[in-house]
Amino acid sequence: MNSRTSWFNVTSVTLGLAFLYLPILLLIIYSFNESRLVTVWAGFSTKWYVELFSNKGLLDAAWVTLRVAFFSATVATVLGTLAAITLVRFGRFYGRTLFSGMIYAPLVMPDVIIGLSLLLLFVSVDFGRGFWTIVLAHITCSMCFVAVVVQSRLVAFDRSLEEAALDLGCPPVKTFFQITLPLIAPAVIAGWMLAFTLSLDDLVIASFTTGPGATTLPMKIYSQVRLGVTPEINAVSTIMIGLVSIGVITASLMTKRRQASRIRAERQAAANR
Amino acid sequence: MSATDRSAPPTPGNRPNPARWLVVAVPYLWLFLLFLVPFVIVIKISLSLTAIAQPPYTPVFDLAGGIGGLIDGISEFTVENYLWLTEDALYARAYLSSLTIALVSTALVLLVGYPIAYGMARAPKGLQPTLLMLIILPFWTSFLIRVYAWIGILKKEGLLNQLLLWIGVISEPLTILNTNTAVYIGIVYSYLPFMVLPLYAALERMDRTLLEAAADLGCPPIRAFWKITFPLSLPGVIAGCFLVFIPVTGEFVIPDLLGGSDTLMIGKTLWAEFFANRDWPLASAVAVVLLVILVVPIVLFQNHEMKRAEREA
Repeated sequence: MNSRTSWFNVTSVTLGLAFLYLPILLLIIYSFNESRLVTVWAGFSTKWYVELFSNKGLLDAAWVTLRVAFFSATVATVLGTLAAITLVRFGRFYGRTLFSGMIYAPLVMPDVIIGLSLLLLFVSVDFGRGFWTIVLAHITCSMCFVAVVVQSRLVAFDRSLEEAALDLGCPPVKTFFQITLPLIAPAVIAGWMLAFTLSLDDLVIASFTTGPGATTLPMKIYSQVRLGVTPEINAVSTIMIGLVSIGVITASLMTKRRQASRIRAERQAAANR
Repeated sequence: MSATDRSAPPTPGNRPNPARWLVVAVPYLWLFLLFLVPFVIVIKISLSLTAIAQPPYTPVFDLAGGIGGLIDGISEFTVENYLWLTEDALYARAYLSSLTIALVSTALVLLVGYPIAYGMARAPKGLQPTLLMLIILPFWTSFLIRVYAWIGILKKEGLLNQLLLWIGVISEPLTILNTNTAVYIGIVYSYLPFMVLPLYAALERMDRTLLEAAADLGCPPIRAFWKITFPLSLPGVIAGCFLVFIPVTGEFVIPDLLGGSDTLMIGKTLWAEFFANRDWPLASAVAVVLLVILVVPIVLFQNHEMKRAEREA
């Protein structure tokens, strides 16, 4: 590579990252602004955070959102992992095209269509709308994302370990829990985290499928944003960004460390032989 | 993988047993009931009439009425909502403008995303996981918040105008918020990771010795890019374009928060019909037509993804 192309590469990556991070950074900085005017800097203050913790409506919405995200991510991870196994391991079976279609379509389907169609389903079967309808809706979308994440891991993994266990007479279900699941665990955890954040994030589907009494944080933020930008919203956003960043970075450091220790153990084993 | 894999002994997948059935049936049934069946209901309600009732449409099927009730219901079906969509030019303009905005912004995202993905794929190997992480991280943070962040930047007394006035490029603040420009900025910003990730995956896999061979044979770098690198990155380009184009066509949050009253997008129209006008049958008809428009790109996307999954296996 000559130096001119690498100069180009460095510039494009730097500009790209600046573009991605500057708006978020500005949002965080202005959450510490003394002034109510979001764009005029009037000195450092944490008063918006203090105010936040006395805003009961916002706190309630945050609690609803976290519960929805927890339940939907957990069920979506189980269903999505099953779907991934079906896609990768079961070869051709009757209705496979329809099945993979139903996995890939929700990845790109506009939220307004998914939200509207699920709402109409809940109305026509007379299912009481509220907390649980949002959970059901989120499971349906998230499980497809989980399936794709787990699928890519299943495709890449060494099946000889599974085959060895089966040859030694280990029943298939036990083989799955003893061999397969530990090996695909990083992808399953990543899938759960993705499902969790997708649920935390969703405004459109939740707005359609909710009922009285179940207001999620994005719905609350959206209704306040429509009235104008406030430092309080900046403060909520900063907390959410902080939590998600800590979660994602911790998870990636943990997988990295586990990989490193595994490589070390393998080297040790090879040296002892 | 290798030929030995195909002759491998039967695995849990190939052996008939009840656990295997459960593995297929549970997700299959779930998606069937909560993804496919709802579309049938949307089609049904798009053929109904608005009513001031709960639920706000007629006919409502009376399952207790059996086949007779079903036939009575079907005989009340009407295409009035679809006729209305063709009569009022607003809807046609909204569909057209959604497709235009989606097409233009897909091109913009590709234009912005390609150099980033290229630079990442050519970065030192040790740095690449960190760069990948930095691209993915904003994607994990809330979409709504990222769109919201742009309001403070783009509005009249916002940070961008302050900066430009301070530099002296402009003497009057620009109106960017509540225009289509703001919508494009918001879409490029929000959908950038969807484009960069598949592009990076394709570029990173590429065999670099091909470029060395081209250079040895006297091919100038720019030409080598168009002859070798770009064609090899096409699967990533295609995947990225689908991942941006299809959801953007039905996008609601970005045009609603960053766009103006003259920004026509069908996601916004559907939302307004449903929430403001409470016209569920018309909203359903809008959704059905949107789905018909998007069905071709969605099927193409699925085929692309299925082929990719098979190639990797």
